[in-house]
Amino acid sequence: MSVNPELQGRVFPPVAPYLVGREKVREFARAVFATNPINHDPDAARAAGYADVVAPPTFAVVVQEATLAQLLAEPDAGIDFSRVVHGDQRFSFSRPIVAGDELTATLTVASVKSLGGHSMVTAESRVVDASGAHVVTATSTLVVRGDE
Amino acid sequence: MSIISTTPRLGDLVVGAVVAEATFPLTRGSLVRYAGASGDFNPIHYRDDVAVSVGLPGVLAHGMLTMGLAVQPVIDWAGDPGRILDYQVRFTRPVLVDPAAGAVVTVVAKVGSIDADAGIVRIDLTVSFNEVTVLGKAQARVSLADRPRTGA
Repeated sequence: MSVNPELQGRVFPPVAPYLVGREKVREFARAVFATNPINHDPDAARAAGYADVVAPPTFAVVVQEATLAQLLAEPDAGIDFSRVVHGDQRFSFSRPIVAGDELTATLTVASVKSLGGHSMVTAESRVVDASGAHVVTATSTLVVRGDE
Repeated sequence: MSIISTTPRLGDLVVGAVVAEATFPLTRGSLVRYAGASGDFNPIHYRDDVAVSVGLPGVLAHGMLTMGLAVQPVIDWAGDPGRILDYQVRFTRPVLVDPAAGAVVTVVAKVGSIDADAGIVRIDLTVSFNEVTVLGKAQARVSLADRPRTGA
């Protein structure tokens, strides 16, 4: 089984909205060794101009995850999860994620490439807030190892 | 805990200068904590038998944990997590976390380039474990403009 090249350009339906909770932001911040008060203390966040605590940059992966699950479950994708290695990751922000945000992510397959028997799938998940404004785009390149 | 921080001034920066350094001791507990916080429960991050069965030497840290902690010294330097405009890495080497001794990840953050007109600096990260680099092209674009974007 190999990755379906026709995946390139495919846009998936938006996943269910993700409501960013304050305690989830704090829990994630502790897990990535984030000690900035703006990540933990609502008063510090408000003093810095935010509505509530600010999520660490890589928290966006939690919102992105449901879109990657969609991609891996796509019947004709040909992506064998046991052969997937996470190659690259990028987050491009219009603004940081803040507790209270209701975020909706939509995945587009930006490219499917073959490289020496492996496939490289680049997936861009565009995350918008409740008003539809862009917050962050999370881009993952997945390396799918070919048959040995 | 003081909430007053001073934003670095763009004019004071020099390409190549180290702006932050940090070490992060990881334990198996760190991986369990990250699994719970992130929802990534792949057993290669907590079960040696599963890790070995897929050809790994043992349990390794989530790549996204390494990515997540590596940007923290940059945030501490910039003073506000909202100043990170863009952050990217390539996962090149695993961080093996010994059940007893754990693993120590070191981060060195240097000025990669400066866009004075936009008020943006690119910080290049060298992230190592056992003196081997584990992330490639690890770069954060950081706004040092007067007001970060606070959003909704």
